Amino acid sequence: MSGLSVQSAALALACTIALPVVAEPVTTFSLDNGLNVVVIEDHRAPVVVQMIWYRVGAADEPAGHSGIAHFLEHLMFKGTDTVGPNQFSAIVEAQGGDDNAFTTWDYTAYFQRVAADRLDLVMKMEADRMRNLRLLPEDVDTERQVILEERNQRTDSDPGALLSEQMRAAQFQNSPYGIPIIGWRHEMEQLSREDALEYYSRFYAPNNATLVIAGDVDPEAVKALAEEYYGPVLPSDGIVPRERPQEPPQLAERRLTLADERVSEPYIMRTYLAPERDPGDQKEAAALTVLAELLGGSGQTSVLARALQFDSQTAVYSAAFYDGSSIDDATFGLVVVPSPGVTLETAEAEMDRVVGDFLKTGPDPAALERIRTQVRAGDIYSRDDVNALARRYGEGLSIGLSLEDIESWDEALAAVTEADIMAAAQKVFDRRNAVTGWLTRPAAEGETTE
Amino acid sequence: MIRTVFVAFLALSLPAHAEMQIKEVTSPGGITAWLVEDHNIPFTALEIQFRGGTSLDAPGKRGAVNLMTALIEEGAGDMDSRAFAEARDALAADLSFDAGSDSVSVSARFLTENRDQVATLLREALVNPRFDQSAVDRVREQVLSNIRSDEKDPDTIATNTLDQLAFGDHPYATDGSGTIASVTALTRDDILAAHKGALARDRIYVAAAGDITAQELGPLLDRLFGDLPATGTPLPDRAPWLLQPGVTVIDFPSPQSTVLFGHVGIPRDDPDFFAAFILNEALGGGRFTARLMSEIREKRGLTYGIGSYLVGKDQAEIYLGQFSASNDKVAEAIAVLRAEWAKIAADGLTDEELATTKTYLTGSYPLRFDGNGPIANILVGMQMDDLPIDYPVTRNAKIEAVTMDDIRRVAKRLYLPDALHFVVVGQPTGL
Repeated sequence: MSGLSVQSAALALACTIALPVVAEPVTTFSLDNGLNVVVIEDHRAPVVVQMIWYRVGAADEPAGHSGIAHFLEHLMFKGTDTVGPNQFSAIVEAQGGDDNAFTTWDYTAYFQRVAADRLDLVMKMEADRMRNLRLLPEDVDTERQVILEERNQRTDSDPGALLSEQMRAAQFQNSPYGIPIIGWRHEMEQLSREDALEYYSRFYAPNNATLVIAGDVDPEAVKALAEEYYGPVLPSDGIVPRERPQEPPQLAERRLTLADERVSEPYIMRTYLAPERDPGDQKEAAALTVLAELLGGSGQTSVLARALQFDSQTAVYSAAFYDGSSIDDATFGLVVVPSPGVTLETAEAEMDRVVGDFLKTGPDPAALERIRTQVRAGDIYSRDDVNALARRYGEGLSIGLSLEDIESWDEALAAVTEADIMAAAQKVFDRRNAVTGWLTRPAAEGETTE
Repeated sequence: MIRTVFVAFLALSLPAHAEMQIKEVTSPGGITAWLVEDHNIPFTALEIQFRGGTSLDAPGKRGAVNLMTALIEEGAGDMDSRAFAEARDALAADLSFDAGSDSVSVSARFLTENRDQVATLLREALVNPRFDQSAVDRVREQVLSNIRSDEKDPDTIATNTLDQLAFGDHPYATDGSGTIASVTALTRDDILAAHKGALARDRIYVAAAGDITAQELGPLLDRLFGDLPATGTPLPDRAPWLLQPGVTVIDFPSPQSTVLFGHVGIPRDDPDFFAAFILNEALGGGRFTARLMSEIREKRGLTYGIGSYLVGKDQAEIYLGQFSASNDKVAEAIAVLRAEWAKIAADGLTDEELATTKTYLTGSYPLRFDGNGPIANILVGMQMDDLPIDYPVTRNAKIEAVTMDDIRRVAKRLYLPDALHFVVVGQPTGL
């Protein structure tokens, strides 16, 4: 067992505003069975959150079994040898706590939020269901109906969600990131108890997980509890490096139109393949994050909003988005909702003109400085929300970043220069890497001109 | 003239927050606010509510308060929209403005070192907004875009349908955003009138939490609000309650039907409120173990989620619930729901349900007070609900005091299976 190493999440930033030295101590250690543990102290209220992050997600599913990562997430609440069917949440709630879970392409995480003196109980229960899940066939059948209803509600009832799903499928030509987390319906319908258990027994193990405990806790006490409950859990020998299929060079832009009678406001969305945050190298991802903020982060001051909503009445809404927190390639996106009477064709042309102009003129230095100020303030505001801090650590460690990467991210954002932004922008805005999607009404009453 | 800031201290022995003190601060100008000081992090969360909200819209001007609220951050004093946004961002302040059916709410978050400058900025926005015609026209288009989206959003269709059936000619009957026609017709003068009527000192509630003392907060209140009008538009009357039992189906092309259901609710200050609150948590709380989640999701897989809510508006009380289910399963889900409604009306809760629901509610309450932002939110909500400043200390005792006799009696009063109305948006079969 490694010794305790205490780090501070308070960053030493070169900044114009006086950053206080707020002690938000972060302690890390690991157990002999490979479990990594992060403890974040916040003693302002006697509350604690436990999060267990498995380094497995939808992008690690076997081919043809899309949705199994998320399905298993649901089934993890069905009971163990010692916890009866559907009793996990009941026990947490009986303590006044709340619990839930979430699945992404890269990780699956479970959490409980309870009074600090109930930590013992939830650690015991979470360690128990790491290896001792028991699934009744009838529970699996019923829960499959629940995830199909979830897909109905969150994807099939929402034309915008359907467009995004289609665009991702077109964006990723080889990476499993093109497959929806919830799964394709025809594959979800076939997911079995055996699929779930096989996936569970291979991937749910201490050597494939990060435990984050955040709140009013003492790291030494957490360490003792972790050793008591998680220490005896056996590691899996099925954990291998996550070397997933990578994107080939993309040679041709993809364009698609989704027409749906439920659409009221047509829009155009463009995504470009973009680099992600890499361990030890977050500079380009930081530049892209700032680029998205400059181009489309604010409804009043961003480059797109100024050009399309103020200087002209081309659009009622515009935005740019980028999230580099992933293991493999990410996407950089633009979206424009045209004003009434403006076609999608015009909106797209104007969007491209604005981006083209930006590539020539570069960012307004004052705008860049304001973003730096907000990044520094965000570091202070973030201390008010220990759940969000816990999530930052859990996510970062689950996608392979180091503690240093995680803790220096705000610093990397503040250090982005004009030259960094322009270099990243020149590289990312390559139409061969792009998917352009139009969301429209059916042609009869369509907004399109062609 | 310098007057003192009056501060009434209340030491709370909240089980989970031993040191938390809520102070009532009265400014020299007579404006009160509730404050929890916490100097651990150098920022303050400030929550402000003006009672009235979109229900203050004048006849024929539906959507005026909503559009006005959206325009507050679009230029003030000598700053146009862009200058205002740049000033806000340069100070790293978060300012947001929202119009609801009972209030216009303002949320602010600012660093201690920028407090004075942010106060100046916020004061200009509240007291001296410009409402430039170009901003009115631009933001109006955004609101119209939202209204058009809402017209094709099953959740909003369901809500608007039920409100229309329930509230007759009261403002609650229609969407506070207004209609395409009403918003299109709004003039700058309408916006000015809405501002004058909605943001007044006779209806203001303020809470602050974080790195600010009572002595600092008092003068800040006068700076922010002292120049607002003393009185505003009279608040609306009690809403009528016209919802009849039945099922209303609105055809909508979707694989699922969205269901909103309900009947009359119970007032927040009713002596039976806490029993009703426990009953609803046991039946329709969003938790997996609540009866509706258990029967309709966990046992039968008919929905992804279902919940019910005691909605206390200022001028009406509703008991509402919602879920969505496949078109071919929604009839079964509604049948199960009706049976659960009848069952709880007849039998109330089991001893175990009452005990576990109490444990959950009393155990989870202190966990809400876990940051400056959440605390300021809770404190302003308490004031809007006319709760006493010691409510956080007494609240759990009120939950504990509810007996099984109370539960049985209130279940019969609260749950009216024959009064339920279901609005179903989709293409349901077998209904």
